[in-house]
Amino acid sequence: MRDPIIRISNLVFHRDSQVVLDDVSMDIKRGSIVAIMGPSGVGKTTILRLISGQLAPLSGSVEVNGHLVSAMTRRELYNCRKEIGVLLQNGALFTDLTVFENIATPLREHTDLEEKEIRQRVMEKLESVGLSGTEDLMPHSLSGGMARRVALARAVIMNPKIVLFDEPMTGLDPIAMSTVGRLIRETNDRLGLTSVIVTHNVAQMKKLVDYCFILASSKLVAEGSPQTLIHSSDPAVDQFMNGRVEGPISYKYQGNPDSASGTPS
Amino acid sequence: MNAPGSRKSRLMAPIAETGHCGLFLIRMLAGLRFEHQQLISVLQQIYLVGARSLVIIMICGFFVGMVLALQAINALQQFGASDQVSLLVGKTLFRELGPVLTALLFAGRAGTSIAAEIGLMKATSQIDAMQLMAIDPIQRIALPRFLAGLVSVPLLAAMFNAFAILGAVIFSIGVMGIDPGIFWSKLQTGIYFGKDFVGGIWKSVVFGGLVSLIAVYFGYYAKPTSEGVGTATTRTVVLSSVLILIFDFIMTSFLI
Repeated sequence: MRDPIIRISNLVFHRDSQVVLDDVSMDIKRGSIVAIMGPSGVGKTTILRLISGQLAPLSGSVEVNGHLVSAMTRRELYNCRKEIGVLLQNGALFTDLTVFENIATPLREHTDLEEKEIRQRVMEKLESVGLSGTEDLMPHSLSGGMARRVALARAVIMNPKIVLFDEPMTGLDPIAMSTVGRLIRETNDRLGLTSVIVTHNVAQMKKLVDYCFILASSKLVAEGSPQTLIHSSDPAVDQFMNGRVEGPISYKYQGNPDSASGTPS
Repeated sequence: MNAPGSRKSRLMAPIAETGHCGLFLIRMLAGLRFEHQQLISVLQQIYLVGARSLVIIMICGFFVGMVLALQAINALQQFGASDQVSLLVGKTLFRELGPVLTALLFAGRAGTSIAAEIGLMKATSQIDAMQLMAIDPIQRIALPRFLAGLVSVPLLAAMFNAFAILGAVIFSIGVMGIDPGIFWSKLQTGIYFGKDFVGGIWKSVVFGGLVSLIAVYFGYYAKPTSEGVGTATTRTVVLSSVLILIFDFIMTSFLI
C-alpha cells in the first residue's frame, strides 16, 4: 500500500496553443496532505481538473489508485469520482438547496440509504465541521468560512479516499482560515484521506501540509516538505516562498511563453 | 468546437449547433428513469415554470379573447353576421392564437428564467461541483426543466383558451348584446374537438418542448460570466420566438 495514490507522469497540457503544463511529474503519497503551489495562472487548478478527469492531457498520464484517468469511459470516470471529494473555489454550494440537502445530495444520488440514515450521516458530518444547527439555512445566509466548511462536509460525505481542494482559504478572514486549515488536517487524519490542496497561501501551507509541489512557468520547479522549501537555494522557490518581486518568475503577461523557442517554421 | 474564421465554418456553424443540440436532447432523454426522485423534481419544476406563469397567461388570455371578439364583431357586422362571432373567435383561438401566444409568453416568462438559472449555476461552478460528485447535470438539472416545459405549455395553452373564451363571452354577450344561446351553440357545433382543440394542443406540446430545449441548452452552454448569462437569455427568447412561428406554419400546413 505504499505506492502513490495519485501518480502524474510527464504531463503536458495546452490550452489554445498556449502551454499550461509542460512535463510535470508528481507522486502523491497515500494519507498525506499535499499542496500544489505557485503563482496565479500557472496551471494549478488545471492539475486538479486533470486528476478529476474534467480535462484530458495532451500527453503524459494521470493515474488515480492505479487507474489511468484519461482512458476511462464516462461511466468509469463517474465511478472513480465517487472516491474523490472536491471542494471548489468558493465552495460551489447549490444555492437552491438548504445546507442539509446540499450535504445529502451525493448520498441521495449514489446510495439507497433510508431517510433516517441519511439524516444521521449528514448531521454527523455537519457536527464534525462545527456547524450543528445550520442544517435548515440556505447557502446565501452563511458566511464565507461557514460556506467553505459546509462544502468540506459535502466533499467528505461519501467517505472518499481523496479530497481535492481548490483554493480552500481564499477570501477568508485569518481565523476562518485557521479553522478551515485545522478541519482539513483533522478530517484527513481521522478518515485516512489523501488531501491535495491547490493554493498560493504560503503562510497557511507551512502550518498545514506534509509535502509541497511548486509550479512556476508551466514546470514543476521544486518539491519537498515546507521546511526544506523555505530554505531552498533555488531562486524561483525562494522568490515565491518569500514573496519577492524580483526573481526568475515574471509577473508580466506572457502571451505565448514558447513563441521564441517553439514556433515551427 | 468549430474552427473559427473560415467562411465554411460560418455556414456550418448553425448546422453543427443544431446537431449538437440534438445530441444534447438524446443525452438528456437517456437519463429518463421514471423513479421517485426524478418525478419529484419534475413536479417541482412544473410548479416553478408552469404554475408561476399561470397569472400572466390568464390575464393575457382574457384580453386576447376580448379583442378578438371586438374585431370579429366589427368585421362580421358588415355582413350582418355578428352572431357568428363565437365561431370565428373559437377557430382563431384554438388553432392559432392559443398555442402560439402561450408559447411566446412562456418563452419570455419561463424560458429566460431557466436559461439564466442554469447559466448562473454554471458561473458559480455548481454545475462543475455536480459533475465532480459524479452526478450528470444534464440529467439532474436540464431534464426536469425540459419535461416540465413539455407538460406545462399545453396545460397553459388550455388555460389561455379558457380565459380567452371568458373574455369573448363577457365582451360579446355582456357588452355587445349577442344572444348567449346563439353564441354557445355556434361554438359547440362549429368547433371540432379533434381537429381544432387537440390539433392546437399538439402544437403546444411541440412548442413547449422547443422552448424548454432551447432554454436548457443555451443555459447549459452559456459562458460562465455575467455577460454569457445575459447572452444566453437573449438568445433563448429570440430563437424560441422565431422557431415557434416557423414551426407553427410547418405544423399548420400538415394539420389542416
